[in-house]
Amino acid sequence: MLHKRTPQKIESRAQNFARALQQVFGRGFGPGFWLASFWLFVVAFCALFADWLPVRDPIDPVIANRLNGPFTSNILGADGLGRDILARLVHGARVSVVIGLTAVSIGMIIGGALGVLAGYFRGHFERALMAVLDIILAFPWLVLLLALVAFIGQSLFAISVAIGFLWIPAYARVARANTLSVVQREYVLAAKAMGASTPRILIREVLPNVILPVLAYGLVAMGLVIIVESALAFLGLSVEAPQPTWGGMISEGKRHLATAVHVAVIPSVTMFLTVLSLNFVGDRLRSRFDVRESNL
Amino acid sequence: MKMLLRKLPWLIGTLLAVSFFTFMLVSLLPGDPAVLILGAGGVSPEAVAALRLELGLDRPLLIRYFDWLGSALTGDLGRSPMTGQLVMDAILARLPVTIQLGLMAIVIALAFAIPLAMLSAYFAGSRLDRTISGVGFALMSVPGFMMAIFLILIFAVNLGWFPATGWIPFSVSPGANLKNALLPALSLAMIELALYMRLLRTDLIDTLQQDYITLARAKGMPSWRILTRHALKPSSFSLLTVVGLQLGGVISGAIIVEEIFALPGVGRLLYQSILQRDLLMVQGIVLFIATAYVLVNFLVDFCYSLLDPRVRYSD
Repeated sequence: MLHKRTPQKIESRAQNFARALQQVFGRGFGPGFWLASFWLFVVAFCALFADWLPVRDPIDPVIANRLNGPFTSNILGADGLGRDILARLVHGARVSVVIGLTAVSIGMIIGGALGVLAGYFRGHFERALMAVLDIILAFPWLVLLLALVAFIGQSLFAISVAIGFLWIPAYARVARANTLSVVQREYVLAAKAMGASTPRILIREVLPNVILPVLAYGLVAMGLVIIVESALAFLGLSVEAPQPTWGGMISEGKRHLATAVHVAVIPSVTMFLTVLSLNFVGDRLRSRFDVRESNL
Repeated sequence: MKMLLRKLPWLIGTLLAVSFFTFMLVSLLPGDPAVLILGAGGVSPEAVAALRLELGLDRPLLIRYFDWLGSALTGDLGRSPMTGQLVMDAILARLPVTIQLGLMAIVIALAFAIPLAMLSAYFAGSRLDRTISGVGFALMSVPGFMMAIFLILIFAVNLGWFPATGWIPFSVSPGANLKNALLPALSLAMIELALYMRLLRTDLIDTLQQDYITLARAKGMPSWRILTRHALKPSSFSLLTVVGLQLGGVISGAIIVEEIFALPGVGRLLYQSILQRDLLMVQGIVLFIATAYVLVNFLVDFCYSLLDPRVRYSD
């Protein structure tokens, strides 16, 4: 039987890229992953377009609507002051998303840079840095955070900086550990032998190999940041009123637990779903990109 | 013993740095303590200056630090200018509540995490394993205060089994004390539980693939015995370490949970002191907590090397 050879298919760069994308995203994520991604997209959309979405005024108290249940004139009900819960959720998403993104970026950039430098230069710098990080870790996170917030204030940016500061040790550790293993590789030695400058080695050889494992923790870290911010808001120490926050809404709802459960439950469920989605998507992406786990 | 001597300078250095960091953190807080104590409005500058002199605020920062550290070493953390109470007394009076809460939370978390993790690891990949892991995953997405609110909603508001707030000392009525402590401890435990379970499961799966487990199985040893005697023991070391490291999380959780349930613990004292800007109190409590945390982890590390020959010899 004649073996008929199909003509060799020459793939364009774009096709190649598309196939790589399909290999990473196309197989085995399951509907849960897409559902979670969709939810995150909705939350991000609300945060971005809160001002233009057709919701009521989140800070306007309408006494007649006080503690309205869901599916009344307020779709998700109203809180103890008669403010629309849906509108507050949509505007509160803004706080969670902005703080989540900013705090993780701060931790990632500062912590990551310190970790790479420590792993590359070793010596006194590394030892001093690790000692300082150990000392920061000796304070329970909420204690440190309360002190920081008391010091730098309660604006959106200040809260982001304070929470981001908490993430520096963790990111520095991840970056340092990865740098240590990269620095020993032959291509770094080769670059050194060819006389490449230190900044060039750090940026061209080390960074690309460290950045992926550091980024991989980003989504899970963001979930934790949202939890931390909400705990702060619950204690009344996050972004100040009248800006609605999810944690603040839950705190407000606690007062009406006996009479109007939905005031606490609705923001709780919203936040739970968001953090769960972040954890879920983050975990899946990490195991997909983790060479050791995905058996590439 | 040799290891203890070698690690001692490191411990002392850490504690010194922690105390300095605490002092700076609180000293740099905005607001003049003297003005805060006297009340903001309508106080003569002379009165403020006199109080500053009395509190020693006119002296350089470093001298104040060493002064404070020196008395802290003798157990004197100063006297709160707001309540007139000795800081150390205030902490010690509230310490039993927080310790009881933390211990109960850790015990509850371990009591559930260990059997569940063993089941999960033994039937790794099964439907049971996926259910347990899934629930653990969900639990990790719930903040402590949310857990507390839902426990209050279910067990205090709807069922009325436990009180929503309040505290009765163990010495007055053990039964009522436990009834009051259960919900707060449970809300702290739930989050720790998920973390312990996840870690122990991974650890156990790893251990179960070792040769000596296969040997024990070949000898015909029953599965539960293999799990409890051969598999759990090596994993218990890493569990111990995590419990030690997670103490910071438990303390952070205690601040919120004590506030929600209105328990007279150290965490609530700290929160209230921060709100009232009682700086000396804040300083004392933060130093106390951080020192306790460093010491406990040092002890855990030490016990670890005493119990585990692998660490002892490699060191």
